Amino acid sequence: MATTLQRRLLTGAAAVAIGAIALSACSSQRGGGGETASGDVDSTFVFGASGDPASLDPAFANDGESFRITRQMFEGLVGTEPGTADPAPLLAESWEQSEDGLSYTFALKTGVKFHDGTDFNAEAVCFNFDRQNNFTGIAQSESLSYYWGKIMRGYADTGTSIYGGCTPDGDDKVTITLTQPFAGFIPALSLPSFAIQSPKALQDYDADNVGGTSEAPTLSKYATAHPTGTGPFMFDSWEPGSEATLKAFPDYWGEQGQVQEIIFRTIGDTTARRQALESGSIDGYDLVAPADLGALKDAGFTLTNRDPFNILYLGMNQADPALADIRVRQAIAHAIDKQQLVTQVLPEGTELADQFMPDAVIGFNDAVTTYDYDAEKAKSLLAEAGYTEANPLTLTFNYPVNISRPYMPNPEQIFTNLSSQLEAVGIKVNPVSNEWGEYLDLIQGGSDHGIHLLGWTGDYNDPDNFVGTFFGAPSNEWGFDNAELFSALTSARGLATEDEQESAYQDINEEIAQFLPGVPLASPVPTLAFDARVTSYPASPVQDEVYNMITLSE
Amino acid sequence: MLRTIGRRLLLLIPTLFGLSVLLFLWVRALPGGPAVALLGERATPEAVARINELYGFDQPLYVQYFTWLGRLLQGDFGSSIQTGRPVLEEFFRRFPATLELSIGALIVAVGIGIPLGYWAARRHGKAWDHIAVVLSLIGITIPVFFLAFILKYIFAVQLGWLPSDGRQNPRIDATHYTNLYVLDGLLTGELDAAWDAFLHLILPALALGTIPLAIIVRITRASVLEVQNADYVRTGRAKGIGQSTLRNRFILRNAMLPVVTTVGLQAGLLIAGAVLTETVFAFPGIGQFLARAIFTRDFPVLQGFIIFIAILYALINLLVDVSYSVIDPRVRVQ
Repeated sequence: MATTLQRRLLTGAAAVAIGAIALSACSSQRGGGGETASGDVDSTFVFGASGDPASLDPAFANDGESFRITRQMFEGLVGTEPGTADPAPLLAESWEQSEDGLSYTFALKTGVKFHDGTDFNAEAVCFNFDRQNNFTGIAQSESLSYYWGKIMRGYADTGTSIYGGCTPDGDDKVTITLTQPFAGFIPALSLPSFAIQSPKALQDYDADNVGGTSEAPTLSKYATAHPTGTGPFMFDSWEPGSEATLKAFPDYWGEQGQVQEIIFRTIGDTTARRQALESGSIDGYDLVAPADLGALKDAGFTLTNRDPFNILYLGMNQADPALADIRVRQAIAHAIDKQQLVTQVLPEGTELADQFMPDAVIGFNDAVTTYDYDAEKAKSLLAEAGYTEANPLTLTFNYPVNISRPYMPNPEQIFTNLSSQLEAVGIKVNPVSNEWGEYLDLIQGGSDHGIHLLGWTGDYNDPDNFVGTFFGAPSNEWGFDNAELFSALTSARGLATEDEQESAYQDINEEIAQFLPGVPLASPVPTLAFDARVTSYPASPVQDEVYNMITLSE
Repeated sequence: MLRTIGRRLLLLIPTLFGLSVLLFLWVRALPGGPAVALLGERATPEAVARINELYGFDQPLYVQYFTWLGRLLQGDFGSSIQTGRPVLEEFFRRFPATLELSIGALIVAVGIGIPLGYWAARRHGKAWDHIAVVLSLIGITIPVFFLAFILKYIFAVQLGWLPSDGRQNPRIDATHYTNLYVLDGLLTGELDAAWDAFLHLILPALALGTIPLAIIVRITRASVLEVQNADYVRTGRAKGIGQSTLRNRFILRNAMLPVVTTVGLQAGLLIAGAVLTETVFAFPGIGQFLARAIFTRDFPVLQGFIIFIAILYALINLLVDVSYSVIDPRVRVQ
């Protein structure tokens, strides 16, 4: 009888639901199910990532989430000195630059195997460099091979590439030639995009086949399921939207470390990441919200800081006639008390900034012109520029909402703090806030904005990656045309050695300080949070964090 | 019956066409484009222009629309801008998670809602009835994300009784066939995996099921009240028909008609609630992906997913109408 059946089903369902709640109350999830492979520690390390990786082929990736995972599986010729942004030997044991500054000869590590069992050697190095230089069509788009395009300035078929070629000399020596001097070459090689991948795997799984239609590029089989490098961890599985799993590579040439399995779980929401750590379902996460730091510390979690390798600034758009007046820009600079901003709204450990780059970057100028906090001076400069209490200066202040960046963890609070400082010297602020994508469009896509918050995290130790990106060419963001500055930056980029770069960029930093296109504010420190069982984590300013260096206590 | 179903399916075509136009205009009215989300804060205007050209976003709107529609009719939904994988693949990869969550929520809603509504009606006017009414009112008005957040904070974070996020403890090595994790665990005999997946479902299913639960309580209660005072029930009672027959055949069966409709409508609406629930519980279903697609302006995903959801909703509605006619023979005549 349908009715009795119906009723039975309903009662059954209710009983199951209620029973489940009662039963589950007895079983705790914490620590459940963990398998210990080596000794007495749980050798699985679970990291909460804020997003999915875009691609597991590092040559076709440019986002932090992809790099975080590919750094475990791949190694380049050059790595970084642990804890710094400075280049250090990795798959290359040493290198020499030729007299003319154009060729680099690398002595390669021997006895290194790829995860597929093939040998790492000079041929493999050349295969990788030639591969990237020969990208065509969709593979050249910035959403895929961003860094090759940026650093080598083009591809074989565009005729603009500064990559000259690669010559193997036996198995353990290789020479790479450039067509123009470029002092940033060695540091740039520490980017995951220049990692050396297994030529066999690249070919077997059709790595360059980023086909589909031009409207919808699709990734290759290699980039989604067969990434093959020489790193301490090898690919296991990837469930987009959920998690990626890596396993220890038994034939790794270096120290294997305690971690035998890494799981990167994707948890988009910041609060959800924090709660996942609190409830024990992940071992750690980064981009901790400044507001959560205190509570996490009190609850016994370990907080680890990365050395800040970023810069937050207040941009001033000179397309606004008021801001084109240097006196107004100077007044704004003097009106801002950076110390107050840092103490009140930025995380502990944040460094004050007086240049558009952190002090670890080549070309940082110790004697640059500064604008100390001086409200009276700000007021008199405004008066000189013709703004009085009766006729106050009104500025549009643009800031983004609902976004957190390492250099700008809390834009709303930074805006509030700065605008009250500006109002204190008599500047009227007209606030305009936007969602992130819309905000970037507004600031970079047109001239309809006033002063604004923005910044940048460096990719590798190179001044061009900071000041060159900001001021290398005319842009809507700043609204000025300063031919002298543009050409100084263009020629500095082409210098062959670090020494030459050092003095050139010191001069440029002074020039920028006097021209005052914006006010550098601070380098906020990015924080990671871990479960107490993580006793050491290799925090790196450029996020070169490889998990064979993690130590665990339980 | 078949003709009715056929007609309803045909009617779906203009509905979906209208929806696709509105949808297309809506996603393109969102400020900020996908290029910026894709390239980051330092993209040069040339790079943004190149991406827009690559994806055809520089074309006039009607050209973009008909290109999209043309491909759609051939079963090509395009690829996600964020992940580079086909939209269809992205949808079906995540759909089992949302389906499992929705089934869980429906079990909560129906399993508790109907008995509770019936029970409240039988105690009409008494204290328990009033309590049920007030509770259901609270259930209807409480925002999904707020409830999800509170449940998670209390039971996962503070008490540690239930997992706070995801579908399965990543340390468990489970085999998946259907991607309905509880079912997979039962099928493969990996009972600890099934149990773990079940525990992961409880809080999100409760959060997602609460609003439909509250609505079902109210509808069931009102419907039972109406039916049990109906003339034919009084007549039946006067004729001396047994209490249980009276309850099952006369009251419950007739009272279920509006409840079935409500359950069907609520089942369709679950996907909207899933966007919020899945985000709070980091539950990797279509809702979470859809929420992300909105932030990154992933147009192909937004368009494709919403069209799918509309088709699902229409099919569920059709199913409701069919089951309606099974329960009530009078409806069949039309």
